[in-house]
Amino acid sequence: MAQTSQVSLIRAQPRLLRRLGREANPGDLIFRTLTGFFAVTVVLVVAAMAIQMTLGASLSLREFGLGFITSVDWDPVRESFGALPFIFGTVVSSLLALALAVPVALGVALYLTELCPLKLRQPLAFVIELLAAVPSVVYGLWGIFALAPFMRDHVEPLLKSTLGFLPFFSGPHQGYGMLTGGIILSIMILPTIASVTREVLKAIPDHFREAALALGATKWESLRDVVLPLARSGIVGAVILGLGRALGETMAVTMVIGNRAEISASLFAPSYTMASVIANEFTEATGDLYLSSLSEIGLLLFVVTLLLNIVARLLVWRVARPAEGAR
Amino acid sequence: MSDSDGLYRRRHATDTFFRAACMVAVALALIPLVSVLYYTAARGIGGIDLDFFTELPKPVGETGGGMGNAIDGTLRLIGMSCAIGIPVGVLAGVFLAEFPGTRFATLVRFSADVMSGIPSITVGIFAYSVVVLKMGRFSAIAGSVALAVIMLPTVTRTTEELLKLVPAMLREAALGLGVSKWRATVHVVLRTAAPGIATGVMLAVARVGGETAPLLFTAFNNRFWADGMDQPVASLPVQIYTYAVSPFEDWHRQAWAAALVLVTLVLLLNVTAKLLVRHRVSGR
Repeated sequence: MAQTSQVSLIRAQPRLLRRLGREANPGDLIFRTLTGFFAVTVVLVVAAMAIQMTLGASLSLREFGLGFITSVDWDPVRESFGALPFIFGTVVSSLLALALAVPVALGVALYLTELCPLKLRQPLAFVIELLAAVPSVVYGLWGIFALAPFMRDHVEPLLKSTLGFLPFFSGPHQGYGMLTGGIILSIMILPTIASVTREVLKAIPDHFREAALALGATKWESLRDVVLPLARSGIVGAVILGLGRALGETMAVTMVIGNRAEISASLFAPSYTMASVIANEFTEATGDLYLSSLSEIGLLLFVVTLLLNIVARLLVWRVARPAEGAR
Repeated sequence: MSDSDGLYRRRHATDTFFRAACMVAVALALIPLVSVLYYTAARGIGGIDLDFFTELPKPVGETGGGMGNAIDGTLRLIGMSCAIGIPVGVLAGVFLAEFPGTRFATLVRFSADVMSGIPSITVGIFAYSVVVLKMGRFSAIAGSVALAVIMLPTVTRTTEELLKLVPAMLREAALGLGVSKWRATVHVVLRTAAPGIATGVMLAVARVGGETAPLLFTAFNNRFWADGMDQPVASLPVQIYTYAVSPFEDWHRQAWAAALVLVTLVLLLNVTAKLLVRHRVSGR
């Protein structure tokens, strides 16, 4: 009898103490409320962005409806707006960037986590991450004066003479266009994909690798058959994060893609992306409908990248969950 | 016997091929970095002189002049965006580290992660509709708001991560002495994590310092010295863009010089941040 009451008292104690503690110390309550308030702010900013962008685009949403994303007509003078060429430019340049960046990024991540001598690991990872630190506009500058001329004089003629029978590599080439845009994007998303993949690979416990190696597998076999399957969803998440970055990337692409609202099969042809048209025309947009249409492009970009990020984060969290409360 | 030898050899050949492919990937990734840094240094160094830092841009067609106003503008934008973004980000990060397990914390953490992937140009549209439309003109404040939103997730998440690195012992020692939780956090945990938080701030500044797209229609541009935070200001990234797409040789020269300044700033911040963290970790 006495014993049970003692036990229940001990059980009740932490909760009691916690409650007492919270009420007894106003400082803790203020502390929790204050930091909590700023934490709410983070969520509210995302919500406010969603609401504001929708409001800004409402005029165009009502005027054009679904036709906005299927029409190729972008004519500010007649106030007729369709975003298909920009959507096309964004999607194709981003997919091109993924095709180029993913194999390299995976190679980099695998090298850094699995093969690299320990001493070199940190510095090399840091150097790769510097790729992400270089500002977009500097890539654009480099794109105009270094990459585009190089593409025009060397890469594009070579592609044309060897693969010119394909529609993708035909037509005039000036260095500015979809291909150059895709390449510059691939450089910019590479560090994102590589570093998230690295994080995912690091989260796979070593005993999986050791077990495979102990059974006589080569390094490659241990990765292909054991580590990579475990990391798969995280790697897919990393690729989607890279895609999200590519879709929204603005300055560097704007400076090299040629900025012409055309849909062309040739990768040499100039194109235009959603982010670029906003960057180029937002300050000059006269008339509410024009501005609203640009806002709707922004809204599309916002919604798509938001969804991609949500999916990607969930995938990455499945493998490499950020430690919660792990102290 | 020879069959298994062949298999063995094939498996090792595949392995060697894989190792080589990974090294090639690293080399491929380093080419653009080296090229960008080389071009920026080689072409930018010629444009750097005293005028570049102190003079206003010359009108179209005249050579000379500098980017004093853009440098000043960039510093103003960074300063103000830090004033807005850092308190919010640090306190939100403290909340995440101090009250982790709840659903609400997960939502905040998730929002911050998702937010870091939102294109900066859409953040610009947001700042335009919230600040520029309300004020009726482009302004340094609007640009700072956009940059603050962009730095917010970086500051929040690094603060959280670094507070979690503080050994539980320190906190327990403080709590054991009868100190209340908030005092323990502010005086012991935050103080221990201070260099780490500084690192997060540096990385955030490095990130927003080069942002161009959200400034195009918030801070806009200004050919003269900034009058105040409620007026449009020039900034280095926007100036690089304007000059790069112009047809003038002298402007290209200055764009490269500005790029060199910007890249140097960003690299210095990144290297310092890295060294600070390493120093902390190895010091323990």
